[in-house]
Amino acid sequence: MNVDTSKCNYCGACVGSCPANCMYLDETRIIIDENRCIKCGFCIRVCPMGAISAEWFK
Amino acid sequence: MKYDYDVLVIGAGPGGSTAARYAARNGLRVLMIEKRPDIGSPVRCGEGISKSWLPEVEIEPQKFWISNEVEGARIFSPDEKNNIKLSAAKAGNEVGYIIERDKFDKYLASLAAREGAEIWVKSPALSLIYENGRVTGAKVRRPEGTVEVYAKVIIGADGFESQVGRWAKINTLLNQRDIVSCIEYRMVGIDLNKDYTDFYLGSCAPGGYVWVFPKGADEANVGIGVALNKLKNPGEVKKYLDDFIERHPGLKKGKTIQLITGAVSTCSMPKTIVTDNVMLVGDAARLIDPITGGGVANACISGKLAGEAAAEAIRTGNTSREFFVDNYEKKVREKFERKNLRNWFAKEKLSELSDETLNKLVDAVSSVELSSISVKSLLDAVQKKYPDLVKEFEDLI
Repeated sequence: MNVDTSKCNYCGACVGSCPANCMYLDETRIIIDENRCIKCGFCIRVCPMGAISAEWFK
Repeated sequence: MKYDYDVLVIGAGPGGSTAARYAARNGLRVLMIEKRPDIGSPVRCGEGISKSWLPEVEIEPQKFWISNEVEGARIFSPDEKNNIKLSAAKAGNEVGYIIERDKFDKYLASLAAREGAEIWVKSPALSLIYENGRVTGAKVRRPEGTVEVYAKVIIGADGFESQVGRWAKINTLLNQRDIVSCIEYRMVGIDLNKDYTDFYLGSCAPGGYVWVFPKGADEANVGIGVALNKLKNPGEVKKYLDDFIERHPGLKKGKTIQLITGAVSTCSMPKTIVTDNVMLVGDAARLIDPITGGGVANACISGKLAGEAAAEAIRTGNTSREFFVDNYEKKVREKFERKNLRNWFAKEKLSELSDETLNKLVDAVSSVELSSISVKSLLDAVQKKYPDLVKEFEDLI
């Protein structure tokens, strides 16, 4: 997964929506534990800025 | 370094600051930590609050955090031909002030500080400390290095992100129909009615609404929330807002001086919001009103209850899950459970209605003089004008 930092507003919408508890917002950095990601796509769709992408998301 | 407190409050928003204030007032040694260097900033809020609850949590309105006072709210139909006008009194004081959230949050933190609470800014919690299966503190990153903070009671006030709840294994996971993605522009140089907060329903914002909250004569927060189950593509919510502004020349001519994003929960109350040594408050406890998306009032009220419960727990030496269920969670349920459940049903219903149905509904309701806003008075108005429409709402009664 990739967070485009030119778009990210560090609001935490993705972190709060993640059902797999695999995201963390560290002030101005989104940390994603890819091993626990269940590829649900919530974070990608909820991001108001469209800052998150993944190869598996279509 | 190790530190020891009676209460550790994680997050310095309205819920955290209110919890810290009431815990400190009761003589407890309280530390409130905030990961950001600047409490209240960046703002993540539409900034519209009602007035009715402020005395309950002893907040005296201050000029410096009020940017505008409104008379009421207008709810527009999708075709925008009609609107339902709610005066503050009729709306149960659901409308009132448009505030400066950054200043408001700092004010609440200052009240906590004056009651004796310690505050650390730029100090994120990294994880919880467990001893014998119970949470006894948190690892906190300070500018000078990571420290351990031990406390008898930990209050999770870390907002929608709610890491504390996850770490403490309190299940506050959300269904995607109960997550609303939000984006807002603070715009200047626009046309508006300064005396009303405006809401726009329908396909302009599926599962949510567009809001225009006036901050001054030509300045407003123009925002949108769309339910996650209605969003397919990345960045779609921004497109909905940009499209709405594009269709409204009075907004289009304005300029954006602030971009705010975030998400809110629109669920009914979770099964539990406590565990041994831990209580959640506000957005972290998913206490946001499912129909308005407003969270500030519920955060402050739950914060007060948590601060008082912490004091009682430490006085009696009982910080167990059972104690917090009886002395905190039950009181929160009495306050919010019924209302949030009813509003959740109403939200679910509203999000299913077509623009055509919403147009009729707003037309029917706006054409009568409502003495009070109740489900029955609304249904009576609809029954009069569109008898067939009432069938759609029978299950709401």
